[in-house]
Amino acid sequence: MKKNWWLSIVLIIVMLFLIGPFLIIFISAFGNEASLRFPPRGFTLDWFKKVLTMPMFLDSLKLSLRLGIFSSLIAMLLGLPVAYVTSRYDFRGKRFIELSTTLPVIIPQMVAGLALLRTFVMLNLFSIEMTLLIGHTAIVLPYVVRNVISTLVNFPPSIEEAAVSLGASRVRSFFIVVLPNITTGLISAFILTFITSFNNVPISLFLTGPGVSTLPIVMMTYMEYYFNPSIAALATILIAMTVGIVAISQKLLGVSRMM
Amino acid sequence: MAFLEMKNIAVMYQKGQRILENFNLQVERGTFLSLLGPSGCGKTTTLRTIAGFLAIQEGELFINGKLYNRVPTHRRNLGVVFQNYALFPHLSVFDNVVFGLKMRKVEPSERKKRVMKAIEIVGLKGFEERLPSRLSGGQQQRVGIARAVVIEPDVLLMDEPLSNLDANLRLEMRAEIRRIQKEIGITTIYVTHDQSEAIAMSDRVALLNSGRIEQLGMPQEIFYSPGTSFVAKFMGFQEIANGTVREITGGKCFVNTGETSLEVRSSSEISRGCKAVVFGRQKNLNLLKERSDNSLKGLVKAKIFQGDSVLYIVELGDQIQINSEVSVEHALWNEGDTVFIAIDRNLSIAFKREERKWTNFKSI
Repeated sequence: MKKNWWLSIVLIIVMLFLIGPFLIIFISAFGNEASLRFPPRGFTLDWFKKVLTMPMFLDSLKLSLRLGIFSSLIAMLLGLPVAYVTSRYDFRGKRFIELSTTLPVIIPQMVAGLALLRTFVMLNLFSIEMTLLIGHTAIVLPYVVRNVISTLVNFPPSIEEAAVSLGASRVRSFFIVVLPNITTGLISAFILTFITSFNNVPISLFLTGPGVSTLPIVMMTYMEYYFNPSIAALATILIAMTVGIVAISQKLLGVSRMM
Repeated sequence: MAFLEMKNIAVMYQKGQRILENFNLQVERGTFLSLLGPSGCGKTTTLRTIAGFLAIQEGELFINGKLYNRVPTHRRNLGVVFQNYALFPHLSVFDNVVFGLKMRKVEPSERKKRVMKAIEIVGLKGFEERLPSRLSGGQQQRVGIARAVVIEPDVLLMDEPLSNLDANLRLEMRAEIRRIQKEIGITTIYVTHDQSEAIAMSDRVALLNSGRIEQLGMPQEIFYSPGTSFVAKFMGFQEIANGTVREITGGKCFVNTGETSLEVRSSSEISRGCKAVVFGRQKNLNLLKERSDNSLKGLVKAKIFQGDSVLYIVELGDQIQINSEVSVEHALWNEGDTVFIAIDRNLSIAFKREERKWTNFKSI
């Protein structure tokens, strides 16, 4: 359509702007020179091999995966009751809970990281991995609460009342009527929190310690010393992984407006 | 004691405002009772109190002679039908209906028999495996009814079950609900704001006004013999004249309007010499060319052609306006003409004039 040609151009520019940098990284990952350059002169898969065999990367990848999964699970267990109560009942402090779910967006994570570090140093109770887990849980918890609340708000309370009137106790009706109907929301919240934790730099930066570090931190440190395509290869793997998770979950759940 | 009895019930919401106070209601076994009234009158609150969704602050609730105040909802054995159907979206029609029987640990074979019977009663045979989202609104509400009655509840509670359906379906479902109710003979409490629905379906109608029962009676009584001007207004009467009661004799009274003396039915609240308002129904108000016995003079304010009829808006003085529909061939008047309105002495009623402003129910 003639009318829209300039709109199409704007769209293409925006898309290039969004995707372009990723394309550059993606292509650089296959370069055969010792330093990162674009466009690369030759083609090789060596960097991928190298990255996937380096214990430093592998260990931190495993740690990041563990953190992502467990902090999301813990946040889910803690956040679900909070979200349920907040969406269903009126009580003192309800506003505060609602407000605090927006805090992580407002407060700089550097500040949160520093605060957590000070606290843990003072307490001196936990291992480094444990502090990381607690920190990540704290960061992703509000996302869980917020997402689950918005899912629950769309689930009419009368359906629960129906279950209760038919003889199910409040608790039972939550498990057999509410839960099966909000799984989509829960899974999308889980994916969101997993990715949030997996990508987190500021909090991890403060809480990592000798020998125990998350993947994004290791990547940053590595880049300070080496500027070769192995980082691009790793980035490519991460992008593929993230896109894969989102694509699969969209396919399975039909959630298009997940994030 | 009646089958269901509410004695001096008080219920309030969190902010301390009382919705029901000193509320009394008796429902006999097998009765279809409608709770009718404008929004905010407490009808849904009453239903939710019986269901146990709201706590009783004062008073007593008895069902079948047993005190129910402290019995939680899930032990009450009541069937509830909701305005938004409230079906379990993840369960098929069969699984929705069987839900209550599973909770009651009924034998699987017995369960199946009862579910199939309930589904048949509501006319949904063949739809057992459908998910609620694949049913129309009317069908969904049928599932809602089947799910509520299959557990053979002591009382069936229905909260505006038809108000989400379109007009035609609503008429059809009225008859259906009444048929089902009679077929299983279940005591039913039905909340609605639609007076024609209440009139058409009920054995008894309780008209509520700000947390009190204004009048309870058979549909005919409520419709033809409203006990208060509030009931009259809600049941479609309109104010047609003001005056002073001159005489009361055997159910009739004479109201002196200044212009003339009208003979109409008297209500219990009037006495000789008191200020009164005469109420009548639009369709009982006939326009006349000349003054006759029991008529009022009026001025045609507007004449609105409606196709098969003409609507006249007539001013009667005292800022009272009435509408009268006349067939096209009898539409003899134009704007500004003087007309006379015949007041039917058997269908018009005089109530005591209250000083507060009338609430207008036309918008409901």
